[in-house]
Amino acid sequence: MRNRHIARYSRRSFLAGTGAVAAGLSFGPKFALGAEEAKLNFYNWDTYIGETTLDDFKDASGIKVTMDLFADNDELFAKLKEGNPGYDLIVPTNDFVERMVQAEMLVPLNHGKIPNFKKNVAKAFQDAEFDPGRKYSMPYMWGTQGIGYRKSRVDGVPDSWKWLLDSDKYAGRIALLSGSSQAIGMALKYLGHSYNSTDAKEIKAAEDLIIKQKPHIKVFADDNGQDLLLSGEVDLTMEWNGDILQVMEEDDDLAYVVPKEGSIVWQDTLAIPNGAPHPDNAHKFINFILDAEAGAAIADFIQYATPNAAARALLPDDYSKNPAIFPTDETLSRCEPEVYKGETAQRLRDEALTRILAA
Amino acid sequence: MDSWRKNPLVFWVLNLSPSAWLILFFIVPLTLVWVLSFGEKRGLLEVAITGTFDNYARALQPLYLEIFWKSIWMAGLATIACLIAGYPVAFAIAFAPDRWKPFLLLALMVPFWINILIRTYALIAVFRTRGYVNFTLEWFWDQANGLLTLLGLGGYQLIGARYEPLELLYNNFAVNMGIVYAFFPFMVLPLYANIEKLDRSYMEASLDLGAGHWRTFFSVVFPLTWHGALSGIIIVFIPALGAFFIPDLLGGTDSQLIGNVIERQFKSANDWPFGAALSFLLMYITFGALALRALVAGRNRGLDV
Repeated sequence: MRNRHIARYSRRSFLAGTGAVAAGLSFGPKFALGAEEAKLNFYNWDTYIGETTLDDFKDASGIKVTMDLFADNDELFAKLKEGNPGYDLIVPTNDFVERMVQAEMLVPLNHGKIPNFKKNVAKAFQDAEFDPGRKYSMPYMWGTQGIGYRKSRVDGVPDSWKWLLDSDKYAGRIALLSGSSQAIGMALKYLGHSYNSTDAKEIKAAEDLIIKQKPHIKVFADDNGQDLLLSGEVDLTMEWNGDILQVMEEDDDLAYVVPKEGSIVWQDTLAIPNGAPHPDNAHKFINFILDAEAGAAIADFIQYATPNAAARALLPDDYSKNPAIFPTDETLSRCEPEVYKGETAQRLRDEALTRILAA
Repeated sequence: MDSWRKNPLVFWVLNLSPSAWLILFFIVPLTLVWVLSFGEKRGLLEVAITGTFDNYARALQPLYLEIFWKSIWMAGLATIACLIAGYPVAFAIAFAPDRWKPFLLLALMVPFWINILIRTYALIAVFRTRGYVNFTLEWFWDQANGLLTLLGLGGYQLIGARYEPLELLYNNFAVNMGIVYAFFPFMVLPLYANIEKLDRSYMEASLDLGAGHWRTFFSVVFPLTWHGALSGIIIVFIPALGAFFIPDLLGGTDSQLIGNVIERQFKSANDWPFGAALSFLLMYITFGALALRALVAGRNRGLDV
């Protein structure tokens, strides 16, 4: 899934300042009796944290963070499914928070230990449908999925899923994402249904649409649509906004648009899995991430949209007012979050995908 | 030591660690997966082992059988390509001067010191539209075009107005190339071992007695070295059958192999019992291939005697 993001070394000076500020924050005594050992095992996406965040946190709290990386939510889920191998903090996406809550894999959070949540996080993220009252998850980053395209090879702005799913205009120059929800979900959206439809007939219609389009599709990308776009292999690709943003910095000819039929809006969260050996430290780290300065340093480095209003306010306009990072409310109103659809619907979609790929 | 029967203690001590290894890391996990294949999903996490055959019934639907067949076909094709390319390479190494042999074998093995995933990614850079193959061909095209212009034929566009890059990536050809590239040494090494042992005088006799090179190969060399070929075929075919990241990275819209379907069951589809059933069907095909090999090898031995 999302390839989390880039180094923007030009802004190192800003980051250097953060360390000093962060060092000023103070967390309780390091070796109080009965306290947890000063360690934290963090399971995160690749390049999805500030350049110095872990060191800053260690300076501030004395807690040493060990970070492991996962490639997608499926991997995260599969790894924790048979019991927590020792992680204290994980970064599941909204629909996986739903799944994990339902499977009782997450520890309820103690909001009293995370004062920065109420203080800094934007109102829209104070509550969430997928986690009412934010009992189990804190917002980390959010974004959309849409079409990344090469301006010079496309007529105007390809602001419809039609150009990917129902047209031979760009035959042989199109990439779709291969995840079981994504291509089918967008086809559902294009046909006027919900991205999260569980209706067998609607899913069949989406399946037929993609099979009919198959001769014009070059590849079902395994979340490397941005690389295909950058290398000129395709001219239009379905992708996550952050991925396209990353290659837009390398090539001015690339752009990103959320199609008019709508798309999905996702939210990555911070959550503590059951059996976490250091839940107290995890709370401290969550609170640290939701701090204005620390949050700004992370967002500035990875260039995803932060739900942390205080952090966003600290950043320059080319980030905080960038429409590819923060879509307009009008665009957002056409997007829906992916929800966990239950195991039966999951199977329906996986079988549809198997048929699409076998056709 | 003439017989382990005389020294049972030595035998058991020596045998202990490989046996423990085999049981702990092969028999036990495999049994777990096998048991799982008779399970039924109950919600997100629970799987009830009910002894049901539903997963197998589902795996035997035409949809999945076709994918199995396609995987066998692709693996077979790649194996044959390895065999055809492997013989000349094995011959070249076996007939090279002795002091060169270690270096030639090393050249064959060096790529193996690099992770297979990285080598597969490297193939993308070779085959893609703006990749090294197309760059090379484009260079030749430019030279040819320049030559034509020099000859005063530039205006006729005899070789097209501009170089059209070949579509080498994101199709089944690329998947086959990927598999051949990944498993080629597995074919060459057993072939080399057999050809190395081959008594050269047989070939000299055959050539002296008037057989051509092809005739000599098929009537003399192949019958004497085909054991190596058979080993090569088996150890290329089996991993090729389960390939999943090669079609993932190099394949096009119709390159789904059974390995991809199985991988998805354990990840996004979250249907481990079904994935386990598919895995075991794949394993039965593998056992079939091994049994076939044993049968053929056994029969041949009978004839030799």
